[in-house]
Amino acid sequence: MSSAVRSIERPADRLRRRRIVNRGMELLAWLAAAIAVAILVIVVFSVAKQGASALNLDFLTKTQVPFAAPNVHQGLANAFVGTLIIVGLATAMALPFGILIAIYVNEFAPPPIRYGVGLVLDVLAGVPAIVIGFFVFGLIVVAHGQSAYAGGFALAVLMLPLVARTTIEVLALVPNSLREAALGVGAARWRATLGIVLPQTIGGVLTGATLAVARVAGETAPLLFTSSLVTNSIDWNPSHALQTVPVAIFELSESPDPADHARAWAAAFVLLMFILFTSLLGRWLATRSRRKLGRAG
Amino acid sequence: MSTLDTTTDVTRRPLSGRRVRLGDLLLQGAAGLAALGAVVLVGLIAWKIVQGARLSISTFGLGFVTHVGWDPVHLKFGAGSFLFGTAVTSIGALILATPLAIGIALFLTELAPGGIRGPVTALVETLAAIPSVVIGLWGILVLAPILRDHVEPALHSALGFIPLFGPPNSAGTGIFTAIIILTIMILPIISSISRELFLSVPHELKEGAIGLGTTRWEMVRGVVIPYTRGGVAAAMILGLGRALGEAIAVAQVIGAFTGISWNLFNPGNSLAGMIALNYQGASSGLELSSLIYLALILLVFSVIVNIVAQLIVRHFGRHQGVAA
Repeated sequence: MSSAVRSIERPADRLRRRRIVNRGMELLAWLAAAIAVAILVIVVFSVAKQGASALNLDFLTKTQVPFAAPNVHQGLANAFVGTLIIVGLATAMALPFGILIAIYVNEFAPPPIRYGVGLVLDVLAGVPAIVIGFFVFGLIVVAHGQSAYAGGFALAVLMLPLVARTTIEVLALVPNSLREAALGVGAARWRATLGIVLPQTIGGVLTGATLAVARVAGETAPLLFTSSLVTNSIDWNPSHALQTVPVAIFELSESPDPADHARAWAAAFVLLMFILFTSLLGRWLATRSRRKLGRAG
Repeated sequence: MSTLDTTTDVTRRPLSGRRVRLGDLLLQGAAGLAALGAVVLVGLIAWKIVQGARLSISTFGLGFVTHVGWDPVHLKFGAGSFLFGTAVTSIGALILATPLAIGIALFLTELAPGGIRGPVTALVETLAAIPSVVIGLWGILVLAPILRDHVEPALHSALGFIPLFGPPNSAGTGIFTAIIILTIMILPIISSISRELFLSVPHELKEGAIGLGTTRWEMVRGVVIPYTRGGVAAAMILGLGRALGEAIAVAQVIGAFTGISWNLFNPGNSLAGMIALNYQGASSGLELSSLIYLALILLVFSVIVNIVAQLIVRHFGRHQGVAA
């Protein structure tokens, strides 16, 4: 039916209609981009506005006091310490493991195994964080109770595919002439890999690690079952369950008390600033290392 | 993936031959063990989750999946209402996020003036870096009141004849709020993959279309979209996978209600949200096991979703490689 209508349309009208449709679609695309940027600005702005007012030195250095008078300054120092320890443990576990996987996939594995391990990493990256939490609950917490070790292990499982993936990508960028040159002067494969190839990728590996830290530092779900039954005192012992910033925000946001909401905003502000800074650092490292590898090739 | 294709490469194949050095063997062994470890880890996750859910599986069987209700007093549990909540929130988010994400990707690849292309790309990707608990906090304290006071009444009065847009509830938390939050969270995933796909369309094809006198939109519809269709589908599926598994932000804004209601403004709950909200509160072994059963359902869905997305990417990647 519409083709019959079109056939009696004059060519000039038709061109105009096509131009209007084109202009409309262009406007919609501009609008979509504007909406995305606006959402980011609004979220960051609300967190900054609400968080900055509740933020002071006591917030960073003191801990929570249950049933305190309203004028007592409270803080989340225990959560900052806990996040530091748990993310540190996770990085220490995931980084060497992920780099080894990448070395195997890129330097040793025959193609079918390379494909298989890649698929396994993708599946692992797609497992919801909350399921990882239950997994570590069943593996460690049921027998040994909650601890920062269990929380760190849960975050390490989340970090592993990220670290391995980025390392595989940068290893693939290392020019083959470098490997050939190293083997050609009589170096053993292990020395060529660890001494020549891997150092070329240090920037890329750092990028991957930084972005993975930015990603898991804000994770709440895996810590609910592994490191959430905590006290309000500052604790550096990783065999205890430690409070973390994301879990603290989650618990404070569920509370009906506006003073708790203020603390949640302040914690969200600190967390967001840390994560934005870390992602920017990662992005900067990425451009730098890519430029460097590009020159080597 | 083509950069990894090194079948004829002497320097990057498994060790073989007579003169194998000890150091080489050690490195290949350690690296191979690590790779095996990743495979074992995935198996271990599946095994531990199944093991934890076993009590609930043997008590309720497959009827658990469709049973609506969560009754810790009479020990009768079911995933029905949470499956419903997960399906409605993630499909709703996908419906809202896909056109927006494709619009953003088209803007960044076809329209954006050189000066703002880089910054806007970085800003959209920064959206992905905001932790879910922060988005959820913003959702419950800022977004929910706005939706309750302005958006939901307007939608109800304009579209109230559709059962989905019933009367708003007084809290502002509910399925609709969860849909909006999930939309924000999956938007950057879909748009950044789509952007890369759109960039991969060969210039000759686009120039050919423009040369035939098409407008920019007709070129996009006739060349860019058909060329990247498979990849965009995979991006949508990956976004869906992210939405299915999001626990914290959903738990904060969905209102925690067990039951099925077609009114989007009512509270509900999703599989992941239900698990997150009950981390301290399982009153019996059977309830804990049932929560793990929910996690098992979630695990099965997310594995299927990710494998399907990867297969699509690989299939179309090869197909497009031939076409180009």
